[in-house]
Amino acid sequence: MDGIALILLDALLILVLLGLAWATLESRDPRRGVVLFIAFGLVLALAWARLAAPDVALAEAAIGAGLSGALLLAALRDEPEAGHDPSEPEPATPAKRRLPGLTNWAVGVLCLGLGLVVTWAFVDTLSGADPERLAGQVMARLGESGVSNPVTAVLLNFRGYDTLLELAVLLAALLGILALGPERGGYAPAGPVLAGLGRWLVPVLILTGGYLLWVGAHAPGGAFQAGAVLAAAGVILRLAGYRTAGLPQGLALRALSLAGVAVFLAVGLALLVAGRPFLGFPPAWAGTLILVIESAATLAIGATLALAFIGGRPAAWDSPEQRRALNPTQVHNQP
Amino acid sequence: MTEVIAGALIAAGILFYLAGSIGLLRLPDIYCRLHALTKADNLGLGLLVAGLVLLTDDLRVALKLILIWLLVLAASAAGAHLIAGQARRGEGP
Repeated sequence: MDGIALILLDALLILVLLGLAWATLESRDPRRGVVLFIAFGLVLALAWARLAAPDVALAEAAIGAGLSGALLLAALRDEPEAGHDPSEPEPATPAKRRLPGLTNWAVGVLCLGLGLVVTWAFVDTLSGADPERLAGQVMARLGESGVSNPVTAVLLNFRGYDTLLELAVLLAALLGILALGPERGGYAPAGPVLAGLGRWLVPVLILTGGYLLWVGAHAPGGAFQAGAVLAAAGVILRLAGYRTAGLPQGLALRALSLAGVAVFLAVGLALLVAGRPFLGFPPAWAGTLILVIESAATLAIGATLALAFIGGRPAAWDSPEQRRALNPTQVHNQP
Repeated sequence: MTEVIAGALIAAGILFYLAGSIGLLRLPDIYCRLHALTKADNLGLGLLVAGLVLLTDDLRVALKLILIWLLVLAASAAGAHLIAGQARRGEGP
């Protein structure tokens, strides 16, 4: 009985996912497409939960559905029909640009190829001698990792390199965002309801971020989910009219954005000096070092994602002195 | 006995979700739809959480479930208010 019910649930999830993906792509109105995409992300999180991957489910819900949705909606603000900002001129550009036929075909062929490769990898894993060969190795040496959540053990200890590089990718993305130019316009100060919700919700979100960071050592959670929750607090603050999204100014903001990569690298190099391999944590210290790295990474991920929502180089990136120093030099440079 | 009460609460919650979804699809304008969605979902989730709280032995899990309900209540009420306000402004004075 249970088996049939679960198979029905899984079949329903797959059908809803396919339907939502199709509806997202077919949607003529970009806003409708974005809302469908957010729904798709939430159902995908359910699918991950059904696959017994709660860490991925949390990340998908927080980043894939929540923050990506907020970023896409913020990007749509500059499209016509925005209605928020009276300062925006000429609603002339078409709301939807259809890809030309050839590009459509190329994208289709690439997607088909990717689908075949993924299917091949899946079948290969299932038909392999030991389908849990990597999981078995992780579980066998979990005791040396300093944490009891195998996902955190892999991300921060066994495959620390990968996570360091992921943080570097995030930093590179942040540099790209800063290069886009000055930040987008802020939002008008919120009415009493949104402002009240923010005052009540932001402390709860910060607390939840800290909880997710701490609990990641022995249960689903960790730096990425915690950072996404902190960034959500930033998004709410900015929507409520706080232009800086709760981020600090000047040097502090730069240090915060760099913290993840910097602390990760510093720990790795310090271990190298101490005569161990790069990021080869001594088992006795591993738990503490992982917590230190994850704390810095949480703050950096939160700051980076909030900066992505601000959508450009924020005025707060330069300290007041730097801004004052910058403007006269630009004038002086004119011959 | 507890399980029967919990089952009844969860079934009642699902009924509210069903009613809310039908209201969202069938009611004529945005205000009626918001009414159906927020009222039914809040009560539906409340009943669902009440049923799940009865089923758990762990106080921490129960408190987390109740916190989730409170967060959804606040977010849903504020969201409905913002959507309705935006729709009213869109209609003009």
